Amino acid sequence: MSLLSLAGISRQVDLPDGSVLPILTAVDLDVAPGEHVSIVGRSGSGKSTLLNILGLLDTPTSGSYLLDGEPTDHLRARRRSRLRGEVFGFVFQQFNLLPRRTAVENVAAPLLYARGRDFFRRRRTAAEMLDRVGLGARADQVPERLSGGEQQRVAIARALLRSPRVVLADEPTGALDVETGAQVMALLAQATAENGAALVTITHDLSVAALASRRFRLDAGRLTPLVEVGSLGAATTDRGTA
Amino acid sequence: MTGVLGALSEAWDEVRVHKSRVVLSLVGVFLAVFAMTTVTALGLIVAQVQQENAERNGGRSATIAVQAFDPMTGTPPAAEEWDAAVAELIDRYGITASASLAYGQGLYRLPGGTQQVQTMRVSPSYGELHRKEPVQGRWFREGDRSSLSPALVVNEAFLEALGVPDLSSRPTVVLGGPTPVTATIVGVVREGYGGDLVVYRVDRSGGPWGEAGTVDPVQAMYGGPTNLEIWVDPDQAEQVVETVSRDLGLALHGAQVEAYRQDADGMEETLATLRLAIRGAGVVVLVLGGLGVLNIGLVTVRQRIREIGVRRSFGATSGRVFSAVMLESVCATALAGVAAVGASIVLVRNLPIEQWFNDGIPLADAPGFPVAAAIEGMVAATAVGALAGLLPAIIAVRAKVIDAIRF
Repeated sequence: MSLLSLAGISRQVDLPDGSVLPILTAVDLDVAPGEHVSIVGRSGSGKSTLLNILGLLDTPTSGSYLLDGEPTDHLRARRRSRLRGEVFGFVFQQFNLLPRRTAVENVAAPLLYARGRDFFRRRRTAAEMLDRVGLGARADQVPERLSGGEQQRVAIARALLRSPRVVLADEPTGALDVETGAQVMALLAQATAENGAALVTITHDLSVAALASRRFRLDAGRLTPLVEVGSLGAATTDRGTA
Repeated sequence: MTGVLGALSEAWDEVRVHKSRVVLSLVGVFLAVFAMTTVTALGLIVAQVQQENAERNGGRSATIAVQAFDPMTGTPPAAEEWDAAVAELIDRYGITASASLAYGQGLYRLPGGTQQVQTMRVSPSYGELHRKEPVQGRWFREGDRSSLSPALVVNEAFLEALGVPDLSSRPTVVLGGPTPVTATIVGVVREGYGGDLVVYRVDRSGGPWGEAGTVDPVQAMYGGPTNLEIWVDPDQAEQVVETVSRDLGLALHGAQVEAYRQDADGMEETLATLRLAIRGAGVVVLVLGGLGVLNIGLVTVRQRIREIGVRRSFGATSGRVFSAVMLESVCATALAGVAAVGASIVLVRNLPIEQWFNDGIPLADAPGFPVAAAIEGMVAATAVGALAGLLPAIIAVRAKVIDAIRF
């Protein structure tokens, strides 16, 4: 059974002049546990909106979204928040680390919303996770004193802290140089694989997308499988079922 | 429980991380709570001073003064008859707080010559009813009534006229008259205007000098009658006046008895108004401080929208975001409250209040730092934090997570 299952998902917004702007149109997508999926697309193609819907940060205008077989359209706000914290880990392009908190405080932050033992052991758990991403020695540094690559590794440690079942990464290498980006992606892929978590990566970098087992292209709100012809730079689409 | 701890931890973290901003926003609250607490505390102490001043003259609330005299001649009843009637009255009604007072003139042999001074013969309990707090020595005790040397409490002007600086030499003074007697000064009170000499003499000193110092038989007749003072519940004052007048009138066989309330009537209302005005001023100051916190809270919550969005991605519920922002404000203002109340206590306890407001006379019931003022300060600070945090918390909850994060 799919962990995430989108069927006929559409998202549109009402504009001030009364017209309607479609952002996503009839998107179908299934993500299995532990699977690595990438979605490529240009700016404004609806990538972020799709990721928001997947991460329960936004709701679709129409269509069905099943999370582990459970419909999400009637979930109460509180339940959505809890699921978001327990099921998903987020990695942002701009890292979104909490300013003026140390690396270990940043990594521990999600466990402020956990219960019981996880809550009380949050700092120790965070330190262990930082060790896993190779930043144990930098645990007490604030983000402002970390390099871009280090900041993203802190963000990855934070995303993986609660052992999420899905990691949603939005342009995780977008703010990094090529070499650092490759290292970060390798770490992200490895860490999620070790955790058994599914990884959904949104990127405009085809080399990053190529790391995924399944690749899609989002264009004008429509999601289609990405088929590579020749090199990674010459990709074409096949309008089949996603 | 972890939810509450988490929210508190989050709020404290914010306060810790944003020390400068928090301190800046709290300057207003600190000053407001400090001012309010100090003004309230000083107000309560000043009210106490006012009350004690009034009670020093008129007695505590409610003091009933009782006098008796012959309606035809104006002469007071015989001392034995009066004493017996009063003793019976006090016994019958179980009156626990009463005092006697008689005005008379006394001759005192001072270095500058013998001088006639108005002398008040009082029972030791008069001190309690009138909050007599000597600046030197002590007030009368029951034992003074049987002392062979009459005990006196005088004012500073008298001591100066006697030519002694203080009581360390255990000064005495000779009471003139047909049978001179040496009296012992046991205490000094700060009373009298200008250079007026004031002397209190313990009532019923006993011994052959009982009437020593009386210079004029007429004074003895008109100035000597003993007045009775009774301290009763203000609510029962009217009833006591009526009962005492009737019972003493019967016991003294036709003497006219006058009983009336002599403490400053309406003092309580005046003090209540004073306290209300002080608190009102404090509240206004506090509201201004709260507006400062609200202002900075509104600005900073908009700067923190991104961070709030990130926390929502961790699973923070609306309630949790609301309580964290709210608690941040409450934590911060509560801290400011603690600091302000502490500073206020230090200040008020080190101010020469008795010197400033009570002419250096020690307060009988020195209130110290009013606990009520400290509690009010803390509660007010916390309440201001809650109110000032409310609007930013609502804004934080309503922030669109998607806009906040901007993938």
